[in-house]
Parts: sequence; structure tokens; C-alpha cells
Amino acid sequence: MEYEPVIGLEVHAQLLTEAKIFCGCSTKFGGAPNTHTCPICLGMPGVLPVLNKKVVEFMLKMALATNCRINPECSFARKNYFYPDLPKGYQISQYAQPPAEHGWIEVEQNGEKKRIGITRIHMEEDAGKLMHDEYNPVSHVDLNRTGVPLIEIVSEPDIRGAEEAAAYLKRLHEILVYLEICDGNMEEGSFRCDANVSLRPKGSDAFGTRTELKNMNSFRNVQRALEYEIKRQQYVLEGGGAVVQETRLWDDTAGTTHSMRGKEEAHDYRYFPDPDLVPVVIDEQWLATLRKDQPELPLEKRERFVRAYQIPAYDAGVLTASRALADYYEEVVRLCGQPKIAANWVMGDVLRFLNEEKKEIRDCPITPASLAAMIRLIEEGTISGKMAKEVSEAMYRTGKAPEEIVKEKGLVQITDEGALSETIAGIIAKNPDQVAQYRAGKEKVFGFFVGQAMKATQGKANPKLINDLLKKMLAEG
Amino acid sequence: MELYELTIHELQDKLRAEETTAAEVTASVFQRIDAVEKDVHAYITVMRETALAEAEAADERIKRGEGGPLTGIPIALKDIYCTKGVPTTCGSRILSRFVPPYDATVVEKLRAAGAVLTGKTNMDEFAMGSSTESSYFGVTRNPWDLERIPGGSSGGSAAALAAGECIASLGSDTGGSIRQPAALCGVVGLKPTYGRVSRYGLIAFASSLDQIGPFTRDVEDAAVLMNVIAGYDPRESTSVPEEVPDYRSFLGQGIEGWTVGIPKEYFIAGIDPEVEAAVRQAVKVVEGAGARCVEVSLPHTEYCLAVYYIVAPAEASSNLARYDGVKYGLRAEASRDLLEMYKKSRSAGFGPEVKRRIMLGTYALSSGYYDAYYKKASQVRALIKRDFDLAFAKCDCILTPTTPTAAFKVGEKTEDPIRMYLSDIFTISANLAGIPGISVPCGFTAAGLPIGVQFLAGHFREGRLLQAAAAYERHAKIERRRPTL
Repeated sequence: MEYEPVIGLEVHAQLLTEAKIFCGCSTKFGGAPNTHTCPICLGMPGVLPVLNKKVVEFMLKMALATNCRINPECSFARKNYFYPDLPKGYQISQYAQPPAEHGWIEVEQNGEKKRIGITRIHMEEDAGKLMHDEYNPVSHVDLNRTGVPLIEIVSEPDIRGAEEAAAYLKRLHEILVYLEICDGNMEEGSFRCDANVSLRPKGSDAFGTRTELKNMNSFRNVQRALEYEIKRQQYVLEGGGAVVQETRLWDDTAGTTHSMRGKEEAHDYRYFPDPDLVPVVIDEQWLATLRKDQPELPLEKRERFVRAYQIPAYDAGVLTASRALADYYEEVVRLCGQPKIAANWVMGDVLRFLNEEKKEIRDCPITPASLAAMIRLIEEGTISGKMAKEVSEAMYRTGKAPEEIVKEKGLVQITDEGALSETIAGIIAKNPDQVAQYRAGKEKVFGFFVGQAMKATQGKANPKLINDLLKKMLAEG
Repeated sequence: MELYELTIHELQDKLRAEETTAAEVTASVFQRIDAVEKDVHAYITVMRETALAEAEAADERIKRGEGGPLTGIPIALKDIYCTKGVPTTCGSRILSRFVPPYDATVVEKLRAAGAVLTGKTNMDEFAMGSSTESSYFGVTRNPWDLERIPGGSSGGSAAALAAGECIASLGSDTGGSIRQPAALCGVVGLKPTYGRVSRYGLIAFASSLDQIGPFTRDVEDAAVLMNVIAGYDPRESTSVPEEVPDYRSFLGQGIEGWTVGIPKEYFIAGIDPEVEAAVRQAVKVVEGAGARCVEVSLPHTEYCLAVYYIVAPAEASSNLARYDGVKYGLRAEASRDLLEMYKKSRSAGFGPEVKRRIMLGTYALSSGYYDAYYKKASQVRALIKRDFDLAFAKCDCILTPTTPTAAFKVGEKTEDPIRMYLSDIFTISANLAGIPGISVPCGFTAAGLPIGVQFLAGHFREGRLLQAAAAYERHAKIERRRPTL
């Protein structure tokens, strides 16, 4: 039988607010253990939570970007369970009344577009971190992360393969980063994903028994874990067995998943409305302001680049990988008026230099104005394309303007027809054999003359001018 | 009369007139503590040294003419408020060594108003009880009869005041924990509207019901304390940004022409005849003050206790999850793993009543039972609240007994939780509805035990409530008796 995987993803994204969700502590990653804490996030007796409004705003940005329906009122609930990284013994989350539901995003795979449904988006607080002593049977808890705001984005079970899952995640990630509400750092846990996966006979509408996968900390691992799990379930089903409903952990090193807890050990979280918090009211005016300020999203930007700049879809994809890169590119285009050439330079040299040093576009020493000026120098014939390579490298190393570099290196292209004519006349005079061959119809020899001319001018001559003069002067002889 | 027997306003007059000093008042209170505390056991922690220092500082301020509304007044705090640097136990073994790193909002306000804090008073463990017998730190005795309980859960605050071990005190009221012990100890006890006094720093029992309020010797003192502790607090999301009036301005206004509702459901079988007679007499007094008393109905009264014993334990089961032995409080030694550490710490740290309520609440919130219990209880709670809204459309305030009986004997009800729960039958509804209520002394039984009458008013009508209570107090002329200790 042919099986079809049915996948739903739950993404937790840490929000880039300055302060935690229910207290004023810093959300910064990497402080000394338990330094970004106060009685509230430590869950001391008697403390109370007060919602950080910025968290609601960030959640709403994501809800708008993913076409969700936004409920006029939402409320917080307590998710009760015991764990040492959870100081109150419950996590403040949202349950019965989520703020955003029924959304979707579009993913593209092999040129085909598909909508993946978003069931809901809600806000919650992050837990702390346990650190287990390697040598002693002791564990330590760091509560810096406790109370860092998260949004959970739950997809519909619309995903039909591991690759599609990765494509969906990349899209979500890109939107979050574009909105500047999440740094998207998967290694530091700013963007985390759990997956629910089941198989069913192809063409069936029913759902099979699902397993939940945890502990996948990169796009690649999500894809690998899902590929493995789909194969595993297929093997079980084909062998006449039944998939067990359970939570499984991905083992990166082994490349396998293994059971963490079964259905019987699943927690009863005893959700109930948090009596310490009041419902959040989201009015139309607030949404209107947010809609107005919403940035252009990656997919829209990509389509506009293809349309407005007449560049290939591939180029548009590369250039819109981040908002900063897209802004950089657009500034270069605005200043030089050459979209395709600008795209080549940005995607070519600029990204190569940055990648070599693992730098971001915002750290690029070549300003859009410098790059545009360099492109203009090429267009005007002041420097050749080949010279430009040298110029751009120098611009990156020194941060200097192209005109300055051209001057320093004496790179100005020889465009003086009289001087060049003299040089060419000399070459023709010195090489009578080759001249004879050319005139006898052996046009390949033309290349020899070009090479000689370049050599004589140390590569500074305008290639087009050399071509024109050579043709004219060889014909005249 | 001794200084420790006076009211806040009487002492303020004396302090202002330089007839006495805060140091003398405080010394008088601590002498009384030395004399009677061994019998009453109202305190868990006595803050003698800091109190004496605060009293001296208060005298300095008074001399400079910088006295605040409570400058130099010795006030006791229920051991449920977090006090920076001072042990805060909530009457529990699990917090027996807990020292908070911060002050509750009310504690900050009392300090800012110049109060001298005498100590932390005994209470039922985590405020779960009606007799102060479930405290890990032993039983508090009723100053009127040491064989009897002072009521609870704020029994220590009520007994300390009745015994002269402070001039006023603060308690917390989740189902009657201020009004019931106030009635049983013969003092005034006020539970404000939910959201009126900040809960920040109050160790939570049932978050949607808990409210802080004063114990005082008369109604005027209740107004004095409310002027200090009421008000919006940005640190509490359920705090209400409602303006705080000068509560003292209501006191002399009288209740002529008022309509006072007498709910028929509050005069039921099981109410002690002496208590009923005293409350019926209170109705006559109110009428004598010019009010018209009419029968009103609160039809969902019979469900109050059931609703309360689902909502309060459910919230408590979650609120008390933080006492897990990980970060503070008691941690059982020699556990093999995490689960064992949790089980041993919580088993050793909590007493039987707290365990019972955690179990009840956990059950009520469990998957498959939530709709039948918690959700249903929340729906009925809305009906109870509506009962009051409808009643207050017909009357200015409501008058009821505070408790069905006067103080009972120590140990009398500890084996029968349901009988214990019934002692809060007249007070629980105000918490479920979120409305303010006050208990005022209305006489004594033949055996000399105090009886209280309760007034209830609509949301944020504390001013009206104090107006009614003050008018009653003036007209009733209840004898100012002192317990003999």
C-alpha cells in the first residue's frame, strides 16, 4: 500500500521584546545564571503577573502576516505541571480563547505553491533551563529564560512530506525575522519546532495514529527526523503492526527517534483561566495601526522585485533573504539605475566577501552608495569590468569610495583614441607575420593583437576601443 | 484605660496633643504581649526591636510635624504578607524558614503611612480554615475564652487585637477569613471589594477570591486604615483604577431613609438562637436609625458553599504548586530522584487540610471533570453575583449574621471538615460576588462570647458600607467590654 504522511508543526518563537512577558526583567540571552530574574519570574510567594503589551503587539504582527482571524478578546490560562525549570509549577499560556486563529501561509516547492493552514497563534512564557553536572549527581537551574515571551504557532495537519515541512518552517522563520519580532536563532532556542506525524493510505481522509517528535534544533534535523519517522511508521504498518501514540525524541547523532513517553504518561495539564490576569481586548483601531505599519513580507517583496526590476526569480529570492539585504540592493538600484547589474554585484562579490567572513549585510564596509558609484564608473567606461573586481575587493577591505581606489591604483582605463592608435600602430608594425595571416582570413589572430594591446597598456585600455581601433587599422593596412 | 486598649483615632488625638509618644504606645503594646501572648498565642513572629526603632523614628517625625495617617500606631500583620527580611510562613511548615526578598504593596503602604509593625500573626495554614487550628505553629486561643478558637483563617490578627496585643491589624479574607474571626473575637473586620486593595505580596490561596482588609476596634478605625491601604496598584492586573474617597467622610452621615435588605436565605436552621436574636435586635437598631428594613432574596445562596469548595481549592491546587522544594522553603533530604523529592517535600511540608484542598482542586480541574466541576461552579458563581446585583437594585445595603454560631471549642470541629466549612456559610457569598462586607460587634451570648452582624454593599461601595456600620455602631451602643485575661 502507498502511504501518505500527515504532518502538523508546532513552532515556539521567542519574541524580541526588551522585557519579559510578565515582569520587567531583561530577555537578553547569555547572562550569568539567575541574573535576569526578580521575585515575579522566580515565582516567589505572593507575586503577580502583569502583561507586557509589546508581547501582544508582536503576536499580532505575526497573526496579521499569516492571515489569521484575530479575536477581539483573548485570555490567559494556567498549564499546570511540575518541573524544576518552571518555578510557579504552572506555565502561563493561552488555551480556550486564543488571540489568533484560522490563518495560512503559502509555501513554494519545485515551483508549486501551496497553502498551509495555521490553526492558532498564542502567547505564553518560556521556562528556565536545567544544567546537569557532568561529574556529580547534581542539577542546577538557570531561570534567566523564565518568562521570556514566546508565541506558539500551530499549523493544520496540511503538510505532506519532510521537505514540505522544512519549506514551511523556513517561510515561518523568514516572516518572523522580517517582522523583527524574533531573531530566529535556532541554536540559542529562539525558534523551536515540535512535529506531529502520522501515515494514512494515500487517498484516505482519515488520520492515522500520530507520534509527536521533539528535540530537533535545525531545519535539517526537522527534515531528517521526519524522514526517519515516516520510514519507521511505514515499516511498522507494512509489518502489520500499529503505530503507538507517544512522544519521541530525535537523536541527532544516531539519526533516529526513540520513545520518550507514552500516552499513559502524558500530562493532564489541568488548564484553567488564570485568575491573576484579565482578558486582553484587541480593538480595531490597534489592528489598523499595526496593519499600516506592517512591513512588506518576503514573498510580496520577491514578486515585486521580479516585476519592478526585471530580475530572475532566483535573484529576487537571494536578494530578499533578509530585509536588510533587500534594502541594500534597492538602495544600490536607486542610486545607479541598473537593477540587473546591481543584482549581479550584490549577489556576486558583496555576498561572497560577507560569506567568507560570516558577516551580515549590516556589517558590509561597501555602502550602497559606493557600490552604485562603482557601477557607474563601469558604465561610463572609466574602468573595465575586470578592473572593477579589483576595485570592489579594495572597497571591501578599506571601505573607501571607488573613485579614490581607482585613483590610488592608477586604474583609469585608457580611452584616449590618439594614444591608443599609436600603440596599436606600433604593434602592427612589429608583427608583420600575424598581420599577413589575419589579412589572409585567419581571424583567430585577432585575439593575439588584443592580447598584445592589453599587455602594452597594462590592461588599462578600454577593450571596446581596442577592438574598434584594431579592426579599423588592420583593415586599412 | 491603658494605651494598648485605645483605638487608632484616640491615639492619634493623644499623639497630636503630645499627651503620649509612639514609644510609649509601642512599649504598652509589647508589655501586653509579654503578659498575655503565652495564653493567646496570636503571633508567629514578634518584631519587637524593629517596632521600637520605628516608634522612635515616628516620634521624631511627629516632633517635626511630618506625621502620616498611621504614624506611631502599632499594627500587626497576618503572616500571609511578604515582609522584606522578616520570615513569612503562611502558617505552614513548608515556608517555616522562608524570608521574602520584598515587601507586599500593603506593607509598603503601611510603612509609608508611618505604622509601627508589631509582628506577624498566626493563621490557618495557607489561610485554609476557620479556626486557626491548622497552623503549623500551634493554635491561637480566643481571648474571650481560652478554651475556644478565635475563628480563622486570620485568627491571630483578630485575637491579637481583642487581647490588646496591637492597636489594629490586617488580615485576608477568601471566604470569610476576616469577618468570621472579627465576629468571634468582638472586633470590626472589613473585607473590601475584590480589586480595591492590592494583592501584590499577599501569598495566594484562591486568587479570584482573596482580598486584604483591616481588623479594628471600631468602624472609624476601619475607615482610617482603608484610607491608607485602598487604591490601584499597577503591579496587580486585577487591581481596579477606581478613585479612593476619604472613607472617614462617610462615617457621620447616618442612614436615615435607607433601605436595608434582609436576605431570607440567611436565617436558616442551624443558626444559634442567641446569634439570631442578637442579629434580629440589630435589625431593630438599624430601623431605629431611620432605615427601612425589607426582606430580599438571594436565591442561589444554597450553592455558595459548594461553588466555593470547587473554585477555591482549584485555584489553590495551582497556586501551591510552587512549593516544590526546589528554590525556597522546605526540601526533604535524601531523595533518590526528582519525583521523590517533590513527594517527600510536599508530604512533609503541608498539613492535612491543605493536602485535602490540593486534592479536591486537582480533581476538579482534571481532564474529564473540568466541565462538571470547575466550569459549572464558575457559571453558578455568575448567578450568585447576579443575585446581589438584583438585590442591590432594591436596597442600599444588606444585613446578615456574620456567623451561625459564636466561637466554638478548640478541637470541636477539626475532625469534621464539613461542619468547619459551615462556619463560613454567611461570609462566602461576598467573596464569590466580589463585593465588600463588614462585621461589626452586635452583642454577647449569655456565656459572654461576642456576636457579629454583617453588612454587605455593592462593588466599590465601601464608603456606604462604613456609613451603615458606623450608624449601627452609634445607635446600638454596644458596651465596650474587654476580655479578662
